[in-house]
Amino acid sequence: MSSPAVSALLAPDARLRRRKLVNHMMEGIGTLAALAAISALVLVVYAVASRGYSALDRNFFTKVPATFGESGGGIANSIAGSIVIVLCATAIALPFGVLVAIYLGELAPKRVSRVFSLVLDVLNGLPSIVIGIFIFALFVVGHGQSALKASFALSIIMLPLVARATQEVLALVPKELREGSLALGVSRWRSVLGVILPTSFGGILTGATLAVARAAGETAPLLFTCSVTVTQTSWNPHEALQSIPLTIFEFLESPDPADHARAWAAALVLMTFVLVLSVLAKAALARSRRKLSR
Amino acid sequence: MRALGRRSVADRLGDWILYGLTGGAALGAMLIVVLLAYKLVDEARPAISKYGIGFLWSRAWDPVRNHFGALDFIFGTFYTSFFALLIAGPMSIAIALFLSELAPRFVRGVVGTLVEMLAAIPSVVIGLWGVFVLGPALTEHVNPFLGSAFGFLPFFRGGPGNGNNLLTAVVVLAIMVIPISASIARELFLSVPQELEDGALALGLTRWEMIRGVILPYTRGGVVAAIILGLGRAVGEAIAVTQVIGGTLGIHLSLFKGGDTLASRIAAQYQGAASNLQIASLVYLAVILLAISLVVNLGAQLIVRRFEFQRTGGS
Repeated sequence: MSSPAVSALLAPDARLRRRKLVNHMMEGIGTLAALAAISALVLVVYAVASRGYSALDRNFFTKVPATFGESGGGIANSIAGSIVIVLCATAIALPFGVLVAIYLGELAPKRVSRVFSLVLDVLNGLPSIVIGIFIFALFVVGHGQSALKASFALSIIMLPLVARATQEVLALVPKELREGSLALGVSRWRSVLGVILPTSFGGILTGATLAVARAAGETAPLLFTCSVTVTQTSWNPHEALQSIPLTIFEFLESPDPADHARAWAAALVLMTFVLVLSVLAKAALARSRRKLSR
Repeated sequence: MRALGRRSVADRLGDWILYGLTGGAALGAMLIVVLLAYKLVDEARPAISKYGIGFLWSRAWDPVRNHFGALDFIFGTFYTSFFALLIAGPMSIAIALFLSELAPRFVRGVVGTLVEMLAAIPSVVIGLWGVFVLGPALTEHVNPFLGSAFGFLPFFRGGPGNGNNLLTAVVVLAIMVIPISASIARELFLSVPQELEDGALALGLTRWEMIRGVILPYTRGGVVAAIILGLGRAVGEAIAVTQVIGGTLGIHLSLFKGGDTLASRIAAQYQGAASNLQIASLVYLAVILLAISLVVNLGAQLIVRRFEFQRTGGS
């Protein structure tokens, strides 16, 4: 029911047209930026997958590296080593991180909690190579390298991730559960162990998964704590074991192009593992966030 | 009936253990940071006592004659990080705006997940890709164009050598920084109160004008902190950078030439370090890196906290 006069009033003038143009341009720039980031991801994943796929076979996962110049051989010792190192690191970081999160989220007074939160955030931002040198100076000098010492270094990297994820899920526990337990006269420790922790269990698990995904890909700390080359497959944490990220790093330096192909294949294995874990963990975290905050 | 208010021994003991364990764990985390700083300085002592503070502006690095100095790497660290942030800063903000304001709902989830996947890729894999794919691609297709179009700038002079140069390192660093800054910025943009956004739109502003007039000013401090946190990541990245940066000495403005950063030199030279003095010098580099990283990270965290305080009115 718009008369010609109203239509004339509503017609865009030059200034409005210009503003709309600028708006469209900016939206385009935002879309382009997102596309650029996605294409970087696609380029990397595609390059690793296409170059690494050909070297993947059963031998790759079950055999140890062949001597220089020979074909065949795989990264079985690296896989074993990585599993040992990351498992031990998780065994250290998980309880440690959950304890810290419980203290910060449940027990500490506000001001104390803020200070410790800052410490955790600073710890999270430390370069991993610095953490590697720390463990080197603390444990390796004079005593030699071992997978366990590498686990210590990785656990320091994992600690803030576990603590932060745990804090998040702890905060999502409904207040009624917490207060009801305390109102019934249940002591603090029983409330935490029996009510709060079980409710947050899933979230803690996903936090640990994210931390594992991060630790599995770290190379710099391994350089200083567990980089002596061994070709036998061993599961002993007190020895210096081979690990996947270091294997990739070392294959790169080799002049043998077959080693480069193995580097791509190992990179494909590592990248797939890390990406799958990350995506699954983030999806689970988002789902539990939605469930608990409804 | 037991007197109400008297708690059992088990309860009190359990509580005591709980407070002790968790408080101890928190103290332990703080102890790690302090011990780390101390141990690093301790391990670098041979180099610190030999060179003192002059290490920071000495240009030497000669393992054969046992002369070491940090200036080339301090320059390399700041130079590469500066350019990486130049690229990553605006891009992170643009991506964060896309993810929080501009994209349709169903696109946001997918793109957000993809950006987070980029963050999850291990640095050694990105370095591998940088050496064999990005470096050659830049040398063949991008560097000649940059040299001819922008050669009047000192950054693009000096013929493109091989792919291992500062420019490749800058691109690699940008790729690693963008996901971090973008997700922090996205959280910030999502936290702007809906009434402010809706009010602006209701007054007839276009989407971009609303972003420029409401969202960006509202989140200004936090966005700065997000970018500074990205800087912290760029400064500390060792493995990906050392694979693509060329590992040479020299202070020059040309991005086409090679160079080195603090973290990258430590990673490259540790395993071949010949003398105790060289190892101590490498740890001295790590001390400098730690100092830079602490300043940057603490700075970012304090900005975030003050910004939060301002925004929530002190609650």
